[in-house]
Amino acid sequence: MNASLIYTIVTLAGIGTASGVILYFVARKFRVIEDPRIDTVEKALPGANCGGCGYAGCRAFAEACVKENDLAHLFCPVGGNEGMAGVASILGLEAVRKDPRVAVVRCNGTCEHRPRVNRYDGVMTCAIIHNLYSGETGCQYGCLGCGDCCVVCDFDAIHMNPVTGLPEVTDEKCTACGACVIACPKNLIELRKKNAKDRKIYVACRNEERGGPARKACQVACIGCSKCFDVCAYDAITMGTNLAFIDSDKCKLCRKCVEVCPTNAIIEVGFPPRKAKPAVTETTTVNQ
Amino acid sequence: MNGLLTISPSPHVHTDDSVRKIMYRVILALMPAFLWSVFVFGFDAVRVTLISVVACVGVEYLLQRFVLKVTPTLHDGSAALTGLLLAFNVPASLPWWIIILGAFFAIAIAKVSFGGLGANIFNPALAGRVFMLISFPVHMTSWPVGRGAAPDAVTAATPLGMLKEGLISGKPLSQIQGSLPDTTDLFLGTMGGSLGEISALLLLVGGIYLLVRKIITWHIPVSILVTILIYAGIFWLISPEKYMDPLFHLLAGGAILGAVFMATDMVTSPMNAKAQLIYGAGIGIITMTIRLFGAYPEGISFAILIMNAVTPLLNSVIKPKRFGGTPS
Amino acid sequence: MLKTFKLGGVHPPENKLSADAQIRELPLPAVVSIPMGQHIGAPATPLVKKGDKVKTGQLIGRASGFVSAHIHSSVSGTVTRVDQVPDASGYPRTGVVIKVEGDEWAEEIDRSPELVRACSLAGHEIVEKIQAAGIVGMGGATFPTHIKLVPPKGMKAGLLIINGVECEPWLTADNRLMVEKSREILVGTELLMKALGVEKACIGIEANKPEAILKMKEATVGFSGITVEVLKVKYPQGGEKQLIKAVTGREVPPGALPVAVGCVVSNVGTAFAVYEAVQKNKPLLERVVTVTGRDLKQPSNLKVRIGTSLMEVITYAGGLPEGTGKVISGGPMMGKAVASLEVPVTKGTSGVLLMPGEQSGRQPQLPCIRCSRCASACPMGLEPFLLMTLTQKSLWERVEKEKVLDCIECGSCSYSCPASRPLLDHIRYGKARVGQIVRSRKN
Repeated sequence: MNASLIYTIVTLAGIGTASGVILYFVARKFRVIEDPRIDTVEKALPGANCGGCGYAGCRAFAEACVKENDLAHLFCPVGGNEGMAGVASILGLEAVRKDPRVAVVRCNGTCEHRPRVNRYDGVMTCAIIHNLYSGETGCQYGCLGCGDCCVVCDFDAIHMNPVTGLPEVTDEKCTACGACVIACPKNLIELRKKNAKDRKIYVACRNEERGGPARKACQVACIGCSKCFDVCAYDAITMGTNLAFIDSDKCKLCRKCVEVCPTNAIIEVGFPPRKAKPAVTETTTVNQ
Repeated sequence: MNGLLTISPSPHVHTDDSVRKIMYRVILALMPAFLWSVFVFGFDAVRVTLISVVACVGVEYLLQRFVLKVTPTLHDGSAALTGLLLAFNVPASLPWWIIILGAFFAIAIAKVSFGGLGANIFNPALAGRVFMLISFPVHMTSWPVGRGAAPDAVTAATPLGMLKEGLISGKPLSQIQGSLPDTTDLFLGTMGGSLGEISALLLLVGGIYLLVRKIITWHIPVSILVTILIYAGIFWLISPEKYMDPLFHLLAGGAILGAVFMATDMVTSPMNAKAQLIYGAGIGIITMTIRLFGAYPEGISFAILIMNAVTPLLNSVIKPKRFGGTPS
Repeated sequence: MLKTFKLGGVHPPENKLSADAQIRELPLPAVVSIPMGQHIGAPATPLVKKGDKVKTGQLIGRASGFVSAHIHSSVSGTVTRVDQVPDASGYPRTGVVIKVEGDEWAEEIDRSPELVRACSLAGHEIVEKIQAAGIVGMGGATFPTHIKLVPPKGMKAGLLIINGVECEPWLTADNRLMVEKSREILVGTELLMKALGVEKACIGIEANKPEAILKMKEATVGFSGITVEVLKVKYPQGGEKQLIKAVTGREVPPGALPVAVGCVVSNVGTAFAVYEAVQKNKPLLERVVTVTGRDLKQPSNLKVRIGTSLMEVITYAGGLPEGTGKVISGGPMMGKAVASLEVPVTKGTSGVLLMPGEQSGRQPQLPCIRCSRCASACPMGLEPFLLMTLTQKSLWERVEKEKVLDCIECGSCSYSCPASRPLLDHIRYGKARVGQIVRSRKN
């Protein structure tokens, strides 16, 4: 056989073997010992790496679960109660049960209800507009309409409606991770309790100005008249500065507040249409 | 007042300058050299240029409209400029189908596939030229006879081509020198070569226009040409019997075309003065190394493409001087 | 060779249409809306309530906190409400709305026009009077002047620089003030020198104001230590750091105050207000405002009472031109496009620029062609193209490393970009976010 061929084979084989041996010892020396349960927990998690749990990705959450050895303050909104039950069974701990939540955009200032008073010309992101101006309309609290919330959603669950100019949440896809809540510079989006049949009742307004200016800027603004507060039998409504707030955990969906709201600021979603109220006619009053 | 008040972030005024204006000014700067090439090579020059420009613009339009499905951006003039520069880098006798292939490579691969205007790493015209050179070496090195050549000549060679061939075949420099054009010919442009590289004078005229209009700054052209002068000068001083003088190297080949029009392409060159000087020096060194010790007679196309690849590194490592004197 | 700053700068068309328009006094409006927050720092606390009668020059808002300033009534009349007053951003802010009745001034104010030069007050007493008069930087920054005049411990000023540069196109208020009130400005400068404890002052004026330069140079005769420096016309020559560099050659280090290189800079309008405050007991209640624009009938320089609505000011200069697209408070490079014409003139309103509709829109944006004109134009030596890309990707650590906090928001980058990229929009946002991060790091 050709001598150079033998030299080549021997040299390459030698280098390969030596490298293999060195790598073996290096791998042993620098091996990171990890609790094997972290891997198992991580596999049980949804793998969305959305940060909704407050940790930097699913692996970090898994590490936290194993390290803390107590699931009282740990919750993955994407996996929900089922997911946490799975994690709990792996670790032999008790999982905290939380009511599932969904993102709700608390503004109904559509192009129709809330006319523009200025025309904005610049970079179209909510963050940049908010840095300089109150918006294009008379309501400084209302949605800016550029969709920063949509861009940041990992689950394709929120999209801008081009007709209304407001974002809309697709309930089935929303995992309540909270990214859109953080992205909205006007703090319009809230994670509210998810009800059966995706029913919702909420005050679609965050305007804290007095009734006059609020209504002037937007037809469906909350004027803080307190009629809803008076009629709520479950203490679910609190009055802030010229603004009502419905606590989704206390609300029993009785819809009385929706009936009495004079500006239609309170929105009900997922209910059958109401029977129209009987009109008050001349004859009725005269006959009394 | 009709309509709503506009609210927008400051500043509220803008310079007249635009991308389109810049591109068209560069095209204007190339016109003297183009007219000279028509004078020397006749209708062929017009043919090559026209095919190149139309092909480049056409490829960009078709790709943007039908493949990428975006609004075509032909009005910014960059495809037309690439077409013109591509034509400047080829012999006037190049067959039409090679030009179209080169245009396709330049626009589709070197520009659009990297992300379009502003996103390409390599100078598209040079990338197209090198592609054609490597794929069709014979066609790309058959130089047509220009006006002013001997009446019975069929093909002419470029000065650098003659030099390299002569040296490879073992002839001493003194023998080759006789057949090379003299400095005046090189400067004015009465010699063989690609469409745009022959007239140093008219290219420099275009270059001065660009400097005055502030389209380019002096840093890149001067650093390239000075480096070439120094490098060639050192070797010539050491053995003048083996190496041509620096002035020859400055004026022959595509050095001036490359230094003034190709290396200064904004997208592919560094963005601050210090980085630009290093970039230019690098181009000069690689060009001369290929010319003196490499297999190709002309090295500036390769040199510019190689330094294009180094540009992002230069941009991130070398920062402009900050106000306040702190190092960044 | 005229002095100037070295790095960057652009030269937008000057359009000083109102340069020769003598200052005219705007007649009193029917109503003024005086915001409590016309300065950097905490808004003042209102001292009056609905129904109160006030006199011109009366204190109606007390400074709240260390960085704050007093607010005085600019008219005499009855307070109709202490309520929301619109600001240029569209946010309602607390303000005092006064129905104007007559023009009765507070007794201590000396309204005579004679020049008063002598001042027996000590330096710190001058500072107190400036504070009592609610004087803030009138170049537009509105930083409370009395704070600027007391450098932090360990730092001492050696030079007072008076900013008569007015580098913004279209604006001529400072120009006219220098032409018509040069001696008062000189006295004001002298008072500021005494307050700071410096022996030297330099008045910087751009070369495109020949009449002002002449008048100011004439006025310096008889004042020791005050010189006039004529500067090259380049934007942003009037920026504090650029002005100091041009006049002294020193560069203020990043994040530091100008007093770190021994200089304190004040606007000519502020110097004039200081004169009126110290020598005439007149608080800051009116200012010169340039009203200008291509289609405006009468580009003017008007002396306006604080709180007058922009609409009043524009009407007096010939009325809002047909087809106006944007109304800018300030100059075209750094001014703010206002959301409504009901916004009042404040202490920092140097001008009102009316932009025709066809000039009010931006050009469509193209990709960056890496021409680096923005970096060449940046007076702080930054790389705007890079800051914009990093901000878009929210890479805040790198944005901070690339010195976004040094940005003075002059707008030279966006102005010079041939691809019409909204560089400053993003950089401003990046600055705000990085600023938040840095502040939360300190806590």
